[in-house]
Amino acid sequence: MSSKKDPELPVQPKSGFSRRGFIRGVGIGSGVLGTTGLLPKEAAAAPGAAVVGPGPVAMTLTINGKPVNLTAEPRVTLLDAMRNYLDLTGAKRVCDRGTCGACTVLINGKSVYSCTTLAIDAQGKKIETIEGLPVNNPVSAAFVNHDGQQCGYCTPGFVMAAHGFLREHPNPTEADVEHGLCGNLCRCGTYMGVRKAVVEAAKGMKGGSNG
Amino acid sequence: MQAFEYANPNTLQEATGLLGAQWGDAGVLAGGTDLLSLMKENLHTPKRVVNIKNIKELEGIHRSGGGLRIGALVTIDELAKSHEAPRSLVEAAEYIPSPQIRHMGTVGGDLCQRPRCWYYRQGMGLLAMKDGKSLVPGGENRYHAIFGEGPAYFVSASSLGPALVTLGARVKLVSAKGSREVPVASFFVAPADENSRETVLRPDEILTEIIVPNTTMKTATYEVRQKEALDWPLAAASVALTMSGNKVTAAKVVLGHVAPTPHVATAAEEALKGQSVTEATAESAGKAAVEGARPLSQNAYKVTLAKVAVKRALLGAVKA
Repeated sequence: MSSKKDPELPVQPKSGFSRRGFIRGVGIGSGVLGTTGLLPKEAAAAPGAAVVGPGPVAMTLTINGKPVNLTAEPRVTLLDAMRNYLDLTGAKRVCDRGTCGACTVLINGKSVYSCTTLAIDAQGKKIETIEGLPVNNPVSAAFVNHDGQQCGYCTPGFVMAAHGFLREHPNPTEADVEHGLCGNLCRCGTYMGVRKAVVEAAKGMKGGSNG
Repeated sequence: MQAFEYANPNTLQEATGLLGAQWGDAGVLAGGTDLLSLMKENLHTPKRVVNIKNIKELEGIHRSGGGLRIGALVTIDELAKSHEAPRSLVEAAEYIPSPQIRHMGTVGGDLCQRPRCWYYRQGMGLLAMKDGKSLVPGGENRYHAIFGEGPAYFVSASSLGPALVTLGARVKLVSAKGSREVPVASFFVAPADENSRETVLRPDEILTEIIVPNTTMKTATYEVRQKEALDWPLAAASVALTMSGNKVTAAKVVLGHVAPTPHVATAAEEALKGQSVTEATAESAGKAAVEGARPLSQNAYKVTLAKVAVKRALLGAVKA
């Protein structure tokens, strides 16, 4: 395992498959636990604490209610694990530094940047992505109604951030939305439409689950 | 990002046993918002990442005899919603954008995050030294320090630090060898050379909790930033006032993001003694707070922002 290059993609590709087809196939690989530690013996693990890696590690993530298995190095982010190992390409990789919000998913109901979360650290938590929402969910529908997107690249992140926001703020004003979605950027400048869309979505969700 | 081994301890003892004597040995993972960025830029290439999020004793805000104990894993979001924490601390947490960062980021991480100085983040070193001289005074310094005489010109990135200093808070630092409590005021230091750091935290230590003494002081934080989206403040001020009637008997005024450490504005504290807080006295205190400022070539505007932050924090503190 090279430590020079980030394992954005699983290594050792099989032949004759598309990239995504291959990636999907990797699924439950051989979970190679790190046998040679990087630290000298003096700083070796205290008894009881499991140390894994730096090579690929078998892990299980709970995404949109379903457990999924993958084998990836500890340094693989949740975003790269979803996009490159699990064929969940809704969350987008843009800044990769926890700034733009295009990778936003919900973890245990709260919006987070999946580019700044390690996949191995997301185990045992409830991860919700854009793929888990019904196509006609109120937020997505309102984005369509109000031109809340132009190129659309930031939209999955905005929609997930809006879902997280609306769970805590069921009756927002446009100013609340502006403040509450300040962790997402849109290069096309569709903020006006996004604000209107989220206010409308909130009204549409009254009395029901907001998914 | 360089490869690393990953440890998931359940106790503080296990966690401290996994750290090393050098910074490169291990990285402590809590919210990860700074650690992962540093690792992606190869500014920090730890051989081992120690996830401390499963250590239950680092969670929660608890009132005990001596005051409020805020666990290092308390998120910025939790602190911003706390009914227990002093107002200046809650306000400082509320200012931190964005929701995602508030959900992920922790109070321990706010204090331990590395400076945002773009020279440092571009890999030019904490002091950005070239041929024995800092590149900052003659370079791109619009977001840099307006206090201090170098060689450190970065500003402390901590948003909670100034409020914690005004409150007389301490941090607990634990290593495998033992623990120590350090006042937040002396946790932050201005490094004198490239081998030093901006806090007294050692590589084998974990910041486990913040201890905020019980207080009846009137407190507030005011922050000035360029935009509401994810960004760091240009200047901030936290104040804590001990009052007798409507007169200030003792004041703590600390500026953020204007120096390599939270900057105690002693002259402003003196100016407020015996005064009631009005537009006029708050403005005078603001002026006193920036006495001795030494702005660089591009950041004189920060002197005005710091002055205004002090004035507005003071007026906020006495508002019902």
